Amino acid sequence: MNKFLKDAASQLDMTSQCKKYGVPLRQCPQFLFFIMGDAIIVAMLATYFIGIRFNSDPEVVALIVICLTMVLLALLFIIIRSFEQLAETSRMKTEFVSIVSHQIRSPLTNLKWIVEILMSGILGKTEDKQTEYFKILKENLERMQKLVSELLTVSRIEASKFVLKKEEFSMENLAHDLISEFEPIAKSSNIKIEMVAAPGLPKVYSDPFQVLQVLENLLYNAIRYMGFAESGKDRGKVEVNLRAKDGYVFCEVVDNGIGIPKDDQKYIFQKFFRAENVRRYQTGGSGLGLYISKSIIERSGGKMGFTSCEGKGTTFWFKLPVATKQNLKPGN
Amino acid sequence: MNKKVLFIEDEAVMQKAVSEFLGVNGYHVVSALDGELGVRAAQVEKPDLILLDIILPKKNGFEVLKELKSGPETKSIPVIVLTNLSEMGDIGKILELGVTTYLVKSDQSLKDILAIVERTLGNGAA
Repeated sequence: MNKFLKDAASQLDMTSQCKKYGVPLRQCPQFLFFIMGDAIIVAMLATYFIGIRFNSDPEVVALIVICLTMVLLALLFIIIRSFEQLAETSRMKTEFVSIVSHQIRSPLTNLKWIVEILMSGILGKTEDKQTEYFKILKENLERMQKLVSELLTVSRIEASKFVLKKEEFSMENLAHDLISEFEPIAKSSNIKIEMVAAPGLPKVYSDPFQVLQVLENLLYNAIRYMGFAESGKDRGKVEVNLRAKDGYVFCEVVDNGIGIPKDDQKYIFQKFFRAENVRRYQTGGSGLGLYISKSIIERSGGKMGFTSCEGKGTTFWFKLPVATKQNLKPGN
Repeated sequence: MNKKVLFIEDEAVMQKAVSEFLGVNGYHVVSALDGELGVRAAQVEKPDLILLDIILPKKNGFEVLKELKSGPETKSIPVIVLTNLSEMGDIGKILELGVTTYLVKSDQSLKDILAIVERTLGNGAA
């Protein structure tokens, strides 16, 4: 009996239930039960009072209303219970991904470090052919590590455990430094990267490390999906434009690459989604980068979107709030 | 004399890889495979630097850190945490315990670790 009461009390504690499922209050099964249960009771009371005005026997009306209320509440309970089971399954899936990813990280790190030792030559000089295969091993390990990191980030986002370390920083400096890092890759792919920043750009308020991942992901995609060109010919240009408007700093990454097919555009920010022409063109990629990027920008109080035309190019944009005295206050 | 690095880590392969790499670069690496052995090794060996994992048998990295930072012989030894935990809560908890540097293992190459060890110890291995 004591256990039953404890279970009932914990079911009624909506805050802890929301936390457990990692969902906001409006999506919490217990909260929905509470709200809809109240609505049913109010509706039934109204039905009763209306009913007795037209029926001379209030006891019959009361009986019908009570029976209907019981049936509706029972149905509601069954529906909410199913919701709860779905939420629990989703929580378990997120937890599973998190645990597995953590467990995979260690053996992957072991392999990465061993390959590094083998390639470093400290155990003896390696033949060219061996070095070539070690490089393939290294690249594939890096791909797996990236995927594991992305899966962990997704599981944190879904469990509402993804926390940003917000601070004031210059978007212009961040973009400038990142573009410098991308120059060698772009050059080797015959692609130009240009940055145009409006003068006097204000600083933004977000997590610079995470915003760097967003821009890195956009630049990487822009270069990767630029399309083919004859050897030695220019493949195209990627532009990074920065400007300020209405309390936000806008960042655009414009490319003239393969574009996103119209039918695929509505799914582009979904987890694991990869556009049909991209799958044909490049086999790598997890389809998690844009989902994670959008979550980072939205958690910063910004927005992210795109415009695209297949065969002509894509413009991805995001906006971040300008750093103000208000958001720089301790505790924000 | 070579500088001494204590590596507290329960994964034998990681122990081997880091010991090999730091060893070739002039460091003397002492290994401990669990938290209890790690605290004892720190007291006996008096290393110049400690590399510490967090998920460890017998005593976890948080307990090891607390003991190291409260021991008169060990409290001044710089500690670099090398772990695969990357939740913000864990990072905050570790930094509060007086750690010099916090590194996520999977993000680091052996060269990165060597560079950070060198930077922390000032002028390299000797």
